[in-house]
Amino acid sequence: MSTVSKAPAPVAALDAILRTLERPQPPGALSATLTLAWRAAIKAKNTAVEQLFDAMMMPIVFLLIFNYLFGGAFAGSTDNYLQVFLPGVLVMAAVMQTMATGHTISLDIAKGIYDRFRSMPFWQPASLVGTMVTDLGRYLVTLTLTAVLGLALGFRPGAGAVGLVLAMLLILAFAFAFAWIFTTISLLVRSPDSIQAQSMLLMAVVFCSNIFVESSTMPGWIRAIVDVNPISHLSTAVRGLVHGTVTAGQIGLVALSIGILLVVFGPLTMVLYRKRKNG
Amino acid sequence: MHSDFAIRTNGLTKAFGKTRAVDGIDLTVTAGTVYGVLGPNGAGKTTTIRMLTTLLPPDAGSAEVFGHDVVREAETVRGLISLTGQFASVDDTLTGRQNLNLLARLTGYSRAVARQRAVELLGAFDLADAGDRMVRTYSGGMQRRLDIAASVLSAPRLIFLDEPTAGLDPRSRNQVWDAVRTVVAGGTTVLLTTQYLEEADQLADRIAVIDNGEVIAEGTPGELKASVGGGAVHVRLLDATQRQFAEQVLTRVLGAPVRPDPDPARLSVSASDPGRAGEALTALTAAGVAVADFSLGQPSLDEVFLTLTAGPAGIATGAEVNAV
Repeated sequence: MSTVSKAPAPVAALDAILRTLERPQPPGALSATLTLAWRAAIKAKNTAVEQLFDAMMMPIVFLLIFNYLFGGAFAGSTDNYLQVFLPGVLVMAAVMQTMATGHTISLDIAKGIYDRFRSMPFWQPASLVGTMVTDLGRYLVTLTLTAVLGLALGFRPGAGAVGLVLAMLLILAFAFAFAWIFTTISLLVRSPDSIQAQSMLLMAVVFCSNIFVESSTMPGWIRAIVDVNPISHLSTAVRGLVHGTVTAGQIGLVALSIGILLVVFGPLTMVLYRKRKNG
Repeated sequence: MHSDFAIRTNGLTKAFGKTRAVDGIDLTVTAGTVYGVLGPNGAGKTTTIRMLTTLLPPDAGSAEVFGHDVVREAETVRGLISLTGQFASVDDTLTGRQNLNLLARLTGYSRAVARQRAVELLGAFDLADAGDRMVRTYSGGMQRRLDIAASVLSAPRLIFLDEPTAGLDPRSRNQVWDAVRTVVAGGTTVLLTTQYLEEADQLADRIAVIDNGEVIAEGTPGELKASVGGGAVHVRLLDATQRQFAEQVLTRVLGAPVRPDPDPARLSVSASDPGRAGEALTALTAAGVAVADFSLGQPSLDEVFLTLTAGPAGIATGAEVNAV
């Protein structure tokens, strides 16, 4: 029953390799994150067209519908409205994308390779942050295309290209922090069926902001909600940046939101990630 | 902190709701050996591995890997081990080369070394031609080999293999076994779980048989075989309907009960005396029982397993065999 197998050539090769292997020091946090971002980028490349379609549909539809259907009523003319609305659409385009990030991660970490990741001694948040970093690229593509469409429709940033670029960077920073809400949710709610509900909820949060109309036009109680919504703070700061009227206080509020989101939802996500029972 | 023990657990316990998946397991694995954890589906094998690989905190008891506590010193433990999970722990949407590259980088190798390791290991595991194909397109055996290649990449001192050959054809299984033997020859400790007794018999220096979250037997394959009694008479009947009659004859002549067996045509009875075995064959023939096959030999691990999991007494005739 017990047959001694002759070592075939590959086994001899393996033996030779094993003799030369020596375990190196674990990689640093940055190196681990970039390596995992590379993995996420390869995976994203396979579905790039579908992802882009998904990402662009919403800003395009909103931009056209709101601008041409409601713009006149909201701001006297569609052209006036576009100047105020486009920065808001940029914010919305990025914020809505963060939900997809959470969804991608929740599907991904169900895979067997995450068992291996979790049993390796590198900086564990890299497993999630890698994907989030790669998704920044996705947000950036969405923002750029939306901005180009806006410019084609007649949007003119008062602060020029520099203002627009700075605004997009601020949006990216906020979206990175905001995405941690969805990594937390996707780890808590393991069924992807809840995507519809999450999407409606996020839509409600986006609408309860000053993206579409100024809060000064609203009744007091809703204005109170809109004025504390961090998405309002972001769109105010983004409008300020693109039109050159930004104040330090506006940027400060956004920075504060980013800080709070990271401090609360970052560790929460990691605790849930480590506790996950099966890979 | 040095330790001759690769693994030492003490009353390791994990419950999911009311189910005690692992119920007070004590294991001691000597460094440099292959340890087999044998048990049916749901016996607690994977849960045990998940605790030992720091993926799951135990509810009670403790476990050490090379003297390091898996909970308090999880980070150190992760630096010493590598895990090949039950379901492929490689990414099936990347190529084989990308997988090895990725894991080499995460282990801490430089870009250039990582690339080189990937090439070497693809070659050593007979995957060089498939290196640039997506793992999704690999056969089960190829995925397993890639998985093991990924596990040895980090030069771990202890490798966990959770059912490494489940669902593989015999040729792929032999390739995996060869790889395991090579790794062990290099001094690495291996803990493997399996449902296949042959696999444990082939590879393991020691075996723990677990069932319902408890270790029900532990020892070398030889010891386990000896524990069910010395030799045994194996009879295969031409006609399974004669089983009851044959059982009576064998029990009378050999003075021992027939062990439970899932195959109705197969009977095994402990018998250490070859002379008695001869009498048994004569008695069967005289009684008109048609015998297809008759042999006297060491009990196989299969019998050990069935006997052990059949019930506390082990040899209770007719006991339900619920382990297979």
